[in-house]
Amino acid sequence: MESLIPVPPPIRRLPLEQTPPAREAAPVGVGEKDGNGAQPASGGFTAARRSIGAPQFSIRRMEIDAVSVSYSDREAVKSVSLPVRQGEVLSLIGPSGCGKTTLLRSLNRLTELTRTATLTGRILLDDVDIRLIEPTLLRRRVTMVFQQPNPFPMSVFDNIAYVLREQGSRRVRKKTLEPKVHSALQRAGLFEEVKDNLDHPALRLSGGQQQRLCIARALAAEPEVLLLDEPCSALDPQSTQVIEDLIVKLRDDVAVVIVTHNLQQAYRIADHVAFMYLGELVEYSSATALFNSPREQRTKEYVSGAFG
Amino acid sequence: MDSSVATPAAQTPPAAPPQQPQQSGRGAVEGSATWQLSDRIGLAVCWALGLLFCAIAVAIAVYLFLQGIKYLKPSMLVTPAAGGFTQSESGGFSDAFIGTLIVAVMGISLALPAGVGIAVWLVEYGRPAALARITESTIESIAGIPSIVLALFGTVIFSSTALGFLSRTSEGVVFGRSFFAAAAMLSLVALPLVVASTREGLNAIPQHVREASYAVGKTKIATVRRILLPTARPQVATGAMLGLGRIIGDTAIIVVLLGATQNFAPVGGTFPLNYLRGAGTTLTNFVYEASPTGNLNQPQKAYAAAFVLLLMVLALNAAVDIVHRRARKAGTWSH
Amino acid sequence: MDEGYLPEDGPKWSDQRAERMLGALVCAVVGLLLALIVTVFIRAWPSFAHNGLAWFGGGGDVEEQLNQIYLSGLEGADYVYTFHAWPLIWSTLLITGGAVLLALFCSLFVSVFIVEFAPERMRDVLQPVVRFLASVPSVIYGLLGVLVIVPFVGNHLVTEPQKASVAGVISLSGYSLLAAVLILTVMIAPLMISIFSDGLRSVRPGWLEGSLALGVNRWRTTWKIAVRSARPAIVAGTVLAVARAIGEAVMLAMVSGSVAFAPNPADGLIFIYEPSRPLAPTIVKNIDSLGSAPSNATLFAIAAFLLFSAAIFSLAGWVARRAMRKYGATA
Repeated sequence: MESLIPVPPPIRRLPLEQTPPAREAAPVGVGEKDGNGAQPASGGFTAARRSIGAPQFSIRRMEIDAVSVSYSDREAVKSVSLPVRQGEVLSLIGPSGCGKTTLLRSLNRLTELTRTATLTGRILLDDVDIRLIEPTLLRRRVTMVFQQPNPFPMSVFDNIAYVLREQGSRRVRKKTLEPKVHSALQRAGLFEEVKDNLDHPALRLSGGQQQRLCIARALAAEPEVLLLDEPCSALDPQSTQVIEDLIVKLRDDVAVVIVTHNLQQAYRIADHVAFMYLGELVEYSSATALFNSPREQRTKEYVSGAFG
Repeated sequence: MDSSVATPAAQTPPAAPPQQPQQSGRGAVEGSATWQLSDRIGLAVCWALGLLFCAIAVAIAVYLFLQGIKYLKPSMLVTPAAGGFTQSESGGFSDAFIGTLIVAVMGISLALPAGVGIAVWLVEYGRPAALARITESTIESIAGIPSIVLALFGTVIFSSTALGFLSRTSEGVVFGRSFFAAAAMLSLVALPLVVASTREGLNAIPQHVREASYAVGKTKIATVRRILLPTARPQVATGAMLGLGRIIGDTAIIVVLLGATQNFAPVGGTFPLNYLRGAGTTLTNFVYEASPTGNLNQPQKAYAAAFVLLLMVLALNAAVDIVHRRARKAGTWSH
Repeated sequence: MDEGYLPEDGPKWSDQRAERMLGALVCAVVGLLLALIVTVFIRAWPSFAHNGLAWFGGGGDVEEQLNQIYLSGLEGADYVYTFHAWPLIWSTLLITGGAVLLALFCSLFVSVFIVEFAPERMRDVLQPVVRFLASVPSVIYGLLGVLVIVPFVGNHLVTEPQKASVAGVISLSGYSLLAAVLILTVMIAPLMISIFSDGLRSVRPGWLEGSLALGVNRWRTTWKIAVRSARPAIVAGTVLAVARAIGEAVMLAMVSGSVAFAPNPADGLIFIYEPSRPLAPTIVKNIDSLGSAPSNATLFAIAAFLLFSAAIFSLAGWVARRAMRKYGATA
């Protein structure tokens, strides 16, 4: 019987040259210590070296206590509990859509800007429920840097001074503001580069400089906790390096929480890592432990690149 | 509390009054209670001005409505104005009413094809680029020219002997006032609105629709006529209605180019051209003349005519709204 | 190439022809505008030529001058062109300036209110209100002005002693600067509100979120960031409103008085009750004298001045918006 369905012509397969199988990144040699003296596990997670040493001290600043966040009916974060400590960097990792950004935004109540968001559980800042703190006051103690650098359409000086000016009722003189602006820029490692051009428009800076400006702006409020939402994802490697060094330097002054989808970055700069998947906190432990000897199966799979 | 930068590591509890947080977590939502005094005064000014504008609009609408109902008799719409000492003797304003309809139809039938054509050229063709920029500036400039200046220009054009056939001529002097003259200048008033609206409609159509049409061999102009303009019909209609609204609301051009009469003054013999060539009046002109500033000083008729005019404008606005809503329901292209 | 593949759909016009015809239409419109500008200035020239810079100056009674000009035209021999427009220019400045400033203040607050702070129901009321106010014809504003506002000002606001104090010069009957400015404000505010609102809505949301995340409250965020970045839209709206106010002829003809008077701030606060005659209504009020040649030239000269002023303002607005691009505000 003749086929009623036309048969497509056979596909010609072209022979490819034999390519060598993809290799893992060169592991740290067995027995070799990395720069911090910690012993990497055999077969090491990554070629990245940790740029961060053990924390000098750690003070519990924020407590996330069984927090769940839902948008309409969809649960974005399911009953997560974590501590946030000053003196160390906490990194939230996980594949897209796992809720890490939502959790970060709930720490300074930015989730309330979305009308359909509801939050259950408690978040404490210095043992006070953040829902009892007036939102604008909270957001000065817990400031945030976003993924896309968003410097305001003003000069560099005005960007930093913005936070300082808008907290008082009286017009503050520029002279009074100058030392605070300079110190914020120094903490962000940007002062040397812009000190001669403080009145130039901030939007003329390069991407990496803009992001450091945003960090300086966030620091100008002298916060207790600094939240960073994938701050380097829009930047080139050099700028990323600069910002990572900066983050490591900041951890003694502020508690740092950084969301990143770059596992190597988390390995480089985090003290504690929380792995989230589909809204749940799968594993929370120190960075070396989580990457080199993860307890959970899902963590192991994610860290080794099986999914994500 | 807020007079200095927040001190670092503030361990003292915040000054906000403690509330029992609800389970859904919308405790101390940012309200203006915690703002500075100057901020709160600003918000109060916002509210005051918003309510003030609402009050003004309501006052205008209600007052005109009341006065209009009081003085408007249906016979006014069908009785032409006539001489008379009291207001009840001097007839109605049927000539004005019909005059408004005439200029509206004539004006928009000039503005609509021209406006759509210009918009199509700007969006679909637009070469050379310098001409496109000049055209955009021209349309914007026309929108910004006061209608009294357009009216003066109209007197020059239509008083020329070449266009004498469009109005009354006596002893070689072209009168220059007619429905043709008024409608021509009124179309300029409506033109920028039609162009802007049609451009929006055409720009909203994604490029792949055009490409699909070209890919089957259709010419650009056929694509425009058969596919793009029908799709942009809501925006074209909106532009036409907005233009109509401007046309029927204009007074300066009418006063200058249509004459200060209250009745039709036809010229010549052939109907309907004799009316269109002649002078006449519209509702706006009638209101102007009937007000104390004008020649008639019949405020009651002025209110009646103003009421009819306002109803027409509001009806056009409502039609624009309906078109918008229906267009939104019909959905948009998926991009 | 031009023939369609399917015969029944053969194009009636080729693309080239269509493009040529539409191009001709566009050129015709551009040409029309140029013709308008040229005509107005040519017709205006005699008045400017005979008066020189004194055209813009003061001196004499404008009504009287216009009368003389008209009569001389009827006689046909020596045309008289003497015309000093300063009282008209001054009135225009006062009325336009007053209305634009007042409308700017109101429109900023109302548009901030509509975009950011009004509750949902209030917004649903305010937006149709603004559209309604924008679509009321100017002759109706004039009618309400002359039948409601003017008597109110004349009978209830101006006091007898005030009237007596200037009785010799002018009568304060309610046809006043105050009435004109208030009504003109209501007329131009809706235009500014809709342009400002569009500008406020198109601020980069990253800026607003960034400001809120730094602990700045909504009011300050809106004013310091959104309004600041919407400055080009604010300039654009103001320029359009100025052009509208300068060209408003009919409403002002009905409300600002029948005397070509120039309100004098030296009179103290009373000057807001004084009548005025700006430029555009002067054309309307004297439109019957178009037949007389020198009158014709004078009226066209006024029109030329209006065109020129509107063009200058547009240019100033364009320059201002370019300067704002320096700081990254989207134009």
